[in-house]
Amino acid sequence: MAQSTRKKPVSKTVNAAVSARIAAQDHFRTLRLGTPFQPRIDALAKTQDWYNWAGYRAPHSLWDEELEYFAIRSQAALFDISPMTKYRIEGPDAEAFLDRVTLRDVTKLKPGRVHYTAWCDDEGFVLDDGTLFRLSPTRFRLCSQERHLPWLLDSAIGFDVTVEEETEAVAGLALQGPTSFAVLRDAGFASVERLKIFDLADFPHDGGTVGISRTGFTGDLGYELFVSADRALSLWDRLMAAGQLRGIRAIGYTALNRARLEAGLIVANADFTTAEHAIRADRLRMPDEIGLGFMIDLEKSHFNGRRAILDARAKRKLRHVLVGLEIEGNIPAEHAIVYHKKSQEVGLVSAAMWSPMAKRNIAIASLARPYGDTMVDDLWVEIYAMRELQYQKLMKRAKVVARPFIKLDRRTANPPADF
Amino acid sequence: MAGQNGGCYAKFRAFGNRSRKNEERVSREDWAKMKAWDAIIIGGGHNGLVNACYLQRAGLDVLVVEKNDWVGGAATSRELTPGFLYSNCSYVCSLFRPEIMRDLELPRFGLQVISYEGGAVFTRDGDYLANYRDHDAHRREFARFSKRDAEAYDRYARDVTRQCRFIQPLLMRTAPDPTSLRPRDLGELLYLGKKFAGLSAEEMALTLRFWTMSISEFLDEYFETDVIKANFALSGIIGTALGPMSPGTAYVLLHHYMGEVDGSVGAWGYARGGMGAVTKALAAAFKASGGTIRTGAEVDHVLVGRGKAKGVVLAGGEELYGKLVVSNADVKRTFLKLVEEKELPDIFLRRVRNFKIRGSSGKVNIALDSLPEFPALPKDSPVYRGDMHFTDSVERMERAYDDWKAGRWSADPFLDMVIPTTLDPTMAPPGKHFMSCFVQYAPPKIAGAEWTDADRDGFAESVISQIAEYSPGFRDRIVHMEVRTPREIEAEVGLTEGNIFQGELTFDQLLFNRPVPGYAQYRSPVGGLYMCGSSTHPGGGVMGAPGRNAAAEILRDLAKSTSHMSAAHDVI
Repeated sequence: MAQSTRKKPVSKTVNAAVSARIAAQDHFRTLRLGTPFQPRIDALAKTQDWYNWAGYRAPHSLWDEELEYFAIRSQAALFDISPMTKYRIEGPDAEAFLDRVTLRDVTKLKPGRVHYTAWCDDEGFVLDDGTLFRLSPTRFRLCSQERHLPWLLDSAIGFDVTVEEETEAVAGLALQGPTSFAVLRDAGFASVERLKIFDLADFPHDGGTVGISRTGFTGDLGYELFVSADRALSLWDRLMAAGQLRGIRAIGYTALNRARLEAGLIVANADFTTAEHAIRADRLRMPDEIGLGFMIDLEKSHFNGRRAILDARAKRKLRHVLVGLEIEGNIPAEHAIVYHKKSQEVGLVSAAMWSPMAKRNIAIASLARPYGDTMVDDLWVEIYAMRELQYQKLMKRAKVVARPFIKLDRRTANPPADF
Repeated sequence: MAGQNGGCYAKFRAFGNRSRKNEERVSREDWAKMKAWDAIIIGGGHNGLVNACYLQRAGLDVLVVEKNDWVGGAATSRELTPGFLYSNCSYVCSLFRPEIMRDLELPRFGLQVISYEGGAVFTRDGDYLANYRDHDAHRREFARFSKRDAEAYDRYARDVTRQCRFIQPLLMRTAPDPTSLRPRDLGELLYLGKKFAGLSAEEMALTLRFWTMSISEFLDEYFETDVIKANFALSGIIGTALGPMSPGTAYVLLHHYMGEVDGSVGAWGYARGGMGAVTKALAAAFKASGGTIRTGAEVDHVLVGRGKAKGVVLAGGEELYGKLVVSNADVKRTFLKLVEEKELPDIFLRRVRNFKIRGSSGKVNIALDSLPEFPALPKDSPVYRGDMHFTDSVERMERAYDDWKAGRWSADPFLDMVIPTTLDPTMAPPGKHFMSCFVQYAPPKIAGAEWTDADRDGFAESVISQIAEYSPGFRDRIVHMEVRTPREIEAEVGLTEGNIFQGELTFDQLLFNRPVPGYAQYRSPVGGLYMCGSSTHPGGGVMGAPGRNAAAEILRDLAKSTSHMSAAHDVI
């Protein structure tokens, strides 16, 4: 029996949406995108030391990772945060929606304010942490390390709200350090001195606006600036010009990472594994297990994971705790195993350094309760320090200490000081 | 050599003593010419050869008999036109267990597997959806179609990876017999139970859904865009006589994801020199350890005496004696064609008859005098070095399956197309290419009648015309073509109905139910007759695990050491 072949012609009519989609094909030729600031960063990249930040070519360092750190603590450092995932959340129900999704009470977040928050899946496991900017009564920006569009869209069912991913459209800069306020003032951002910590306001720039918030990831005086991608370079130039006499320097991630550790801040998928990426079920963490328990507001209305979190608290099912450690000596204990009485393994260091500001050997570690929680004595870390192809094995005493490891008055001083 | 002869003599004596009553049939002189092998393997496919290698290395004297003039079964590379090597049946490699490659020293015998670069589904609006190896490029590509789906991929990948990690350790273990009270079976059941109990409630639910759901419904839980769903759904139907909307196809996807290329889990690659390189290396390893292969030796039936296998009779009437016989053929061919019915229990026989091993696919291998161009695809796209598809919706896939149900080949077929010569310089002269097209669906019979040559040509035309729609001038590049419908695959390779997995991978035919309940541990109702093909746990694909696991069971029965067999690599 012969069978004929049905013809299914390839459509030749191409509409505008398809044309746009086809025009975007060539991304495969550039596996690491540049950010809107890339021309300026490339010009300063003396070390050519790049890493992949969410598909962007981002600098580990630009000229000297140690000196870049000191630029944060002594002058003003400019760090490109454009690759950070950004969502615009807008609508009459935006507040109620975000209150439902995130841990903290969004009804208390006033327009023009920012708070650090986190959000969980229905099992109470942390999906990510991030910053929530309230741009207006009905408009928010959520910034995070990982991507959450399906989660946000699914959660939006029943709310009059739109969620739009705007990572590429919005460029971001962190300007951090003691002279950061002076740089902004000298750059002509009038009345920027009125911004208190976690305040946010729009300022005119280049025929448009730039949103400036007094926030950051360094524990220092600092600001974050968000601008549409097409005004990114003019913003960079404006800050660099104004900062010339204030010691402004562009920096890479290594320096920023040191500053954030001194500030005791955690990084998703470095200090804990986010729920949508945890392949091993025992890697999932509840907020109470990674030091974010303070965000949980049981007075507010229902939020994702509430029942599971309450249940875990009531039944004492919280198995881990994230703590700050001070370790004797000066050898960084990065990824060292933590022991009780030098013998029983009780946890792991996720980040560690010698703190130039605190002059202490500091670390962030995750421990199995009760260690680090009710049992904090007799803790040790085993450091494997590779020195000229030999491990120097050190067993050093560790003390649980409060975070942040450093507290700088200039961070919150009002009005902010010149340096 | 002297030592080996002595061994044979000893075996002959032992065999002769037991078979004295047969003397009227076989003269003493004939006996002297004969050799009683420790094991005869029926079929030189990859599982037969893996099994043979492990037995030979355990000190057994093993013979592999293969009906074709070459070994390889469905993992062969043949030069059917000068200068071009085809991967005639299987065409990509991922599932083949690295533990086996290492145990049998296959790299020393020439096996190399090269990861490939991704792939694409061409869409009918002149675009394509690519899969890129780079995580961010993959996301950006999906975002061209849906930003939401682009960001849904991580959750999907996490869930699939979790399920693969659950199954992976089971591949290299004999499935427990749930009805048995033997300590080993209880231990294995406990292992399985513990693994399952180790899952969270959410994962347990997902596992059960995964093992029973349709791939279409499973993907609906993650994605909303048709072409993105089609892109993943294809792994749920390959080799299976089910459509993407049939329950059970989600597991088939998992089966295609649990392989690896050198630790890169889920990755697929090309065996350098075609898939025949796998069996070529196995055959060389087998011979190097002293094994014997007889090609052109088709087995007519298994010699059975007093409920025990004693050897095989070749098509020409020649009898070969073995203390045990291992069949690499599928369970239907083994027990419905090679063993007399009277030797088998009724229920077993009925279950073998009802074993689902339906033909669903065909293969078109093409020699090309130049690389085809796809106007939709940029010339420098890595997709040329990956797998290409033209079915851009789950519905089109299901429609293709509708044709199968009606006893027709799909008018608008689903193709899994690769051009291995973009990465493997050994298969065609420079500038020329070998293209492999796996084609679905192709029924075992056309409207109830046998395939004819005209049907075969019509089937080939459905494939060529589909490719030519996306690649103008494609026909002019064709130098030679090998078209294989289920008819050709069954006739040449011996796979019943041309089913590439030696039986469908549905939950009712997996683990301790594969191939049939009570006989999932590579043994059969006939003493000394074992199974080692893909009809057994853990199933098809060029994996080698059935052959290896069968060898472990045989050696256990012989109270021989299995210290030369690596345990499954840790999944940490």
